[in-house]
Amino acid sequence: MIVAKPKPFEEVMESVHPFERILVAGCNECVTVCEAGGKKEVGVLASALRMSFMNEGRQVRIDEVTLERQCDREYLEEIRDRIDQYDAVLSLACGVGVQFMAETYVQTPVLPGVDTCFMGVTEERGVWSERCQGCGQCVLAVTGGICPISRCAKRLLNGPCGGSTKGKCEISKEVDCAWQLIIDRLTELGRLDDYEQLAPIKDWSTERAGGPRRVVREDVRS
Amino acid sequence: MRLQYPNNIRIVSVPCTGKVDLLHILRAFEKGADGVYVLGCMEGECRYENGNLRARKRVEKAREILETIGIGGERVAMYNLSSSEAPRFVAYAKEMTERIRGLGPNPIKNAVKGKAA
Repeated sequence: MIVAKPKPFEEVMESVHPFERILVAGCNECVTVCEAGGKKEVGVLASALRMSFMNEGRQVRIDEVTLERQCDREYLEEIRDRIDQYDAVLSLACGVGVQFMAETYVQTPVLPGVDTCFMGVTEERGVWSERCQGCGQCVLAVTGGICPISRCAKRLLNGPCGGSTKGKCEISKEVDCAWQLIIDRLTELGRLDDYEQLAPIKDWSTERAGGPRRVVREDVRS
Repeated sequence: MRLQYPNNIRIVSVPCTGKVDLLHILRAFEKGADGVYVLGCMEGECRYENGNLRARKRVEKAREILETIGIGGERVAMYNLSSSEAPRFVAYAKEMTERIRGLGPNPIKNAVKGKAA
């Protein structure tokens, strides 16, 4: 899922400061799971904002809504009938949702309430780590289900570098060497032959480095 | 035991302090409360195991938020006691009342009154 973390309150307060009628909009999906932008976080942030404004002597209307997602049109449409009651929307969705909300309601400033970080997993409650960078050409079949693009600091494709020490990456003792993990996993699976296969030079054009991307599926389009 | 304790305290009973949510605490201040304190069972004696521990975490979170927005983190507190310790109940009530009197009224109280008017 997409992992995000809440923005510092002071930063949020500064961005919503000029407005008199604000809608705090959460998202029921990824940001709910990583406890950054779900219904509970919307409630807490809205309450804190109300009190902060009252403390400055301003009576600011702050309403709350949590949409199922903010990356699909039909869910954003749910607030079409009341969007003009607000001067601004503070969206706690990931960067995708904030942008789509802004594209859908061009007359209303949409401000982000979380910092979107990466695509990752919940290791345990409160700890999330990166697993996928959306390179567009998945090699997980031959690496035992561990991604060298997202988990190797150098994104190497054919084995560890000389900096791999005791299973850790040279950039930090807290970062596992992805290739050590891959070799260990392939050994457990009995598929170490996959390691011997040389990966061809990767086509990075499907990666973000190749420019903003788009997927068109003619077979699915109506 | 018919002990006297300060009359400015509104008691909200819950089956376990684990039921107290962060939003309950924040909304109390939003509506003009000068202080909120949570009285839970002794740690380790919660009949639901960790309800009072969860409450403590939420009180801590509330404290951080109130400090950040300028209302003051000292206005919220959590105490632990056994349900048989009536004199201690009174002592905590008096302690909290003293502390809140020292801090003064909730700064947003006037804003709330203005809105109600």
